Amino acid sequence: MSVIVLTLIILIGAYFAGLLGSLTGLGGGFIIIPLLTLGLHVNIHYAIGASLVSVIATSSGSAAAYVKEGITNIRIGMFLEIATTIGALAGAMLALHVQTHVIAVIFGLILAFSAVMSFIKKVEVINAEGSAAATALRLNSTFPTPNGPVKYGVCNVGGGFFMMVFAGLISGLLGIGSGALKVLAMDTIMRIPFKVSTTTSNFMIGVTAAASAVVYLQRGYIDPGLSMPVVVGVLLGALSGSKILVHTTSSGWLRWLFTIVVGILAFQMIYNGLTGKI
Amino acid sequence: MAAQPNFKDKDMQVAIGWVLRVGVIVSIAVVFFGGVVYLYRHGHSLTNYSTFNGVPDFVNPSGIINGILAFRGRAIIQAGILLLVATPVLRVCCSAIGFIAEKDWLYTAITIAVLLIIFISMLTGHAG
Repeated sequence: MSVIVLTLIILIGAYFAGLLGSLTGLGGGFIIIPLLTLGLHVNIHYAIGASLVSVIATSSGSAAAYVKEGITNIRIGMFLEIATTIGALAGAMLALHVQTHVIAVIFGLILAFSAVMSFIKKVEVINAEGSAAATALRLNSTFPTPNGPVKYGVCNVGGGFFMMVFAGLISGLLGIGSGALKVLAMDTIMRIPFKVSTTTSNFMIGVTAAASAVVYLQRGYIDPGLSMPVVVGVLLGALSGSKILVHTTSSGWLRWLFTIVVGILAFQMIYNGLTGKI
Repeated sequence: MAAQPNFKDKDMQVAIGWVLRVGVIVSIAVVFFGGVVYLYRHGHSLTNYSTFNGVPDFVNPSGIINGILAFRGRAIIQAGILLLVATPVLRVCCSAIGFIAEKDWLYTAITIAVLLIIFISMLTGHAG
């Protein structure tokens, strides 16, 4: 395939990946990697490298806005980044030694898990008092709402920290932001309010991905010719996605669309991984 | 003792938001420009990404600079990607400075720990 044709195909695919990724809050990686590996027969390590770069771009771009509004908890983010960067380093090292079809199967499983996660109804209970560890680490804070700032406390710091190591590992291994795992750690385990956990997760994704990206870069797995259309496409798609998100009122159809797409991709990745086609 | 968002915390938020935004805009502009050069020069050649092609010669800074001087599209793209990867790392440096200014030594230490882990990651990438 000629460079120009391949670039155009990836650019269009990446645009839709970024669009869907930002509408569902999952990031573009979960579509980009199957598109490159299943659709265009790109080596999965190259796909992971390109995806990581696009993850950094979208996370940094959107985190900029949330940080300014003061929703993101910078202290929680910094503290948990110790965990995610350790995990990301381990994941990136591991990815270079694990066989590609094993990576494909794990990718499929994480996709299926993310789809299920997005359907689980969550009940938000904000407790103003945090645990002793959270108080010592000064993780408790407030977040702005239309009715003024609301205080929240953080629980189970150890459990959340451990879960973040795992989220980082998956991010480095698969080249995705693993936002679903980060949110799981923050709102389910640590009881951080949704708005804070999603924006703080977004804030952390860039640093997590950068920690593994440096490993991929030096090993030559971030190819400029491939990363260029991926990063530009995903970023443009994410921008349009955030514009649509502001104007849309119902998210019911979005959840269904998301689950169907992710379900198909998960099945494809697992099937191709098991039959050794990746 | 919940952390009260004080004047300095607000300053840090503004600075971090700025670093992230400018970092993304500049790096994507460089990537895009490199992409145009690359497509102009190599648009009709054939590519194959199904197998690993080995480490290209512009992974290290000197290789990138030589590539840019030779006006190689791929080297320019790579420079943009490096800037993009550096953006969140710069953000962490920015937080470290902010925490030092607030005399928040606990978080200065936490932030330096994160920087150290990223640094170790860079070294292990080289070690092979």
